[in-house]
Amino acid sequence: MREKVISIVQSYGKNSGRLMDILLSVQSEFGCVSEEAVSLIASELGISEVDVNQTKTFYHFFTTNRVGKYAIYMNNSVVSEMMGMAEVVDELEKQTGVKFGQTTPDGLVSLHFTACIGMSDQEPAALINSVVFTQLNRDKVRKLISDMREGKPVESMFSEYGDGVNANPLVKSMVKNNIRKAGPVTLGEYAVGTSLGKALGMDPNAVIDEVKNSGLRGRGGAGFPTGLKWMFCSKEAGEKYVMCNADEGEPGTFKDRVLLTERANMLFEGMTIAGWAIGAKEGVLYLRFEYKYLKAYLESVLADMRTKNLLGNNILGKGFNYDIRIQFGAGAYVCGEESALIESSEGKRGEPRNRPPFPVQKGYNAKPTVINNVETFCSVVKIVEQGSAWYKAMGTEESAGTKLLSISGDCEKPGVYEIAWGMTLNEMLAMVGATDVQAVQVAGPSGSCIPPSQFGRKIAIEDLATGGSMIVIGKKRDLLKDVVMNFMRFFEDESCGSCVTCRSFNMILTKQIEKVVAGTAIRTDIDNMKAWSQIIRKTSRCGLGQTSSNPITTTIENFRELYEARTKDVAYQSDFDMNKAVADSCKVVGRVPNVHHE
Amino acid sequence: MSEIVKFTIDGKEYEGVKGQLLVEVAAEKGIYIPVLCHWKGVKPAGSCRICSVKVNGRFMAGCTTPLEADMKIENDTPEILDIRKAIVEMLFVEGNHFCPSCEKSGNCDLQALGYRYQMMVPRFPYEFERRDIDASSPKLIIEKNRCIFCKRCVRMIKDEQGKSYFAFKGRGKHLQISLDKKLAVTMSEENAHKAMDACPVGCILRKEVGFAVPIGKRKYDHVSIGTDIEKLNK
Repeated sequence: MREKVISIVQSYGKNSGRLMDILLSVQSEFGCVSEEAVSLIASELGISEVDVNQTKTFYHFFTTNRVGKYAIYMNNSVVSEMMGMAEVVDELEKQTGVKFGQTTPDGLVSLHFTACIGMSDQEPAALINSVVFTQLNRDKVRKLISDMREGKPVESMFSEYGDGVNANPLVKSMVKNNIRKAGPVTLGEYAVGTSLGKALGMDPNAVIDEVKNSGLRGRGGAGFPTGLKWMFCSKEAGEKYVMCNADEGEPGTFKDRVLLTERANMLFEGMTIAGWAIGAKEGVLYLRFEYKYLKAYLESVLADMRTKNLLGNNILGKGFNYDIRIQFGAGAYVCGEESALIESSEGKRGEPRNRPPFPVQKGYNAKPTVINNVETFCSVVKIVEQGSAWYKAMGTEESAGTKLLSISGDCEKPGVYEIAWGMTLNEMLAMVGATDVQAVQVAGPSGSCIPPSQFGRKIAIEDLATGGSMIVIGKKRDLLKDVVMNFMRFFEDESCGSCVTCRSFNMILTKQIEKVVAGTAIRTDIDNMKAWSQIIRKTSRCGLGQTSSNPITTTIENFRELYEARTKDVAYQSDFDMNKAVADSCKVVGRVPNVHHE
Repeated sequence: MSEIVKFTIDGKEYEGVKGQLLVEVAAEKGIYIPVLCHWKGVKPAGSCRICSVKVNGRFMAGCTTPLEADMKIENDTPEILDIRKAIVEMLFVEGNHFCPSCEKSGNCDLQALGYRYQMMVPRFPYEFERRDIDASSPKLIIEKNRCIFCKRCVRMIKDEQGKSYFAFKGRGKHLQISLDKKLAVTMSEENAHKAMDACPVGCILRKEVGFAVPIGKRKYDHVSIGTDIEKLNK
């Protein structure tokens, strides 16, 4: 083991900035990053063990104990739960004889939960040794576990591949694209290299102007004008970087997965155009670990582009040198926040940075950096090719162009839709075949829970902004238990913890919603939750904390009656059940619990 | 050359050096903005949020925000004071803080802020989380029940080669502070003291040493925290 770990560290040039890659390699080689491995890595890198551990323990795909030969990471996000996760979990535990969080005594199978893996249109889904398994049910679980007992390779546990590139020999995945509506931009016609050729024939500032004039705004959710971001960065001096945020972790979003699968060329071309525009020589694709199944394919696309002189030295003979590398994450929602993503790429804990300085001033390796979402880079390719006027003619006044929506939940046709901004929720629901709708969760947990009375509102940055996640919640769902409680537990787990309000208030608010669901809350608890939510919104450092109380605030605002039905209008109610607390000891002495019986 | 700019705090006009951190600018003017994670001269963490102020109507952390021309800063308003009190209360319910039995009582910034903001009963339910005490190193006791994750020790205490003694472990609600077991063995007397003094609460304690100053005669036993700064304004 010693030699192997040392050689891994050496393969990354003994550079602590590549600690993520080192830990990922060790985890994949040994099924864990043991204390011994941590010690070796630390001494090879010349840093202390606590510094290796602080990165290792931040990401949930790094484990101290060896995971099973088959490590099953079950998605416990909201849509997975809605689509029958409980049965799958039950069957997994039955078949393996161990509980989640445990490994079978023979070391064959370990069961883990993980947050949204980007498969909300084909849930319940799980990752088994980084291979995606979708639409699981009891029968499939029984077959899987029996295959594992026979020692079959994970890749041979399914026979049908998904559509498009999913069936490519380098992917061979059962994942389906579910492209339900292709628009003219990101899912429209595309010829590799045309746009890049045009861009390289333009002055970098003219490229930036074109993007600026198109009105394109960041597609990750925050909606910052892309051209402006590029302009700020281009004005900085020295070495620069382009980074792509492919860490879509907002539960319910999966549109970047489809772009990475079907439009990888387009994405890399967009990143290269950005490099030309701002004057960068290197691009980094920060890819979430959940999409590791695309690694070999994406690398082959990069290699192919190098062969075609679309990447590398003297691109298309225009004297521009630029290349792209892939950086993997290791399971942390907060790394979708751009400065946390940079920290993570530097081998550190994914804790958001304080601003100023902004990434365009001081980003990756303390150099000016442009970070954009996958969809943003893909949009740029078409904007440069077709011109900003063409792009701006679509959408609304303030939200130009088209948007990819990831639509999941209680509807007939979950999948990816490229729509022009400005569509109403009513139109969207008709499009996806959704009836008996209780609410639409717009923009995932950090967005808003919208009631039917507001279904006339528009999907646009000026009205209902979204990074793409749209979860349809049917009338049969228990909104507070199935949705709000799930979301709050998610934030409680995913807060990086480094800023007090986000770490602590998400714990406090999660307990409060659990109290409401358990029926032990009183009316004043509702007002308290509302008031406390304001504190976390106002004082948290990054977008995670600032929006993590939204599941509670938007449902109190739009569905207050659900809270009132579950709370008592009394001045005080104990949430401590004495009879329950003494049940075990009563059992031992053979008494019936009867404390303070009325 | 440093540029002098005009700004206001709670409506009163001041002049200060552009780029200086708001908590430090304010302190020079005799205005106290409370801090728990900030330490002058050390890279700001912006993690405790107790220094939250409103700048031109927006909430910002005073310890990470540099002064710009014409900033309108709000500091002493009922809204902000209530938020600060809430943060203190939150830290009390999140960890396990029993002041009467704590070695740091009277020298503890968190306790002193509790008094300053007249905290009686926290508005939030207690977490009563189980946390460990790490007494395995020769010079220090790490009483994790009291850690408020200010990162002062993480940022400040390094060995001669710049290696960290302290670092975070885990994330979110599982976050904890950890001391490097190997490095702790050779930790210098100076670093051990520095770590204890930097800790704003009673989490990092020097082993086998008594406390020279008795309770009743400590830093905050007779004067409120922040008084030293506000004195300048009198």
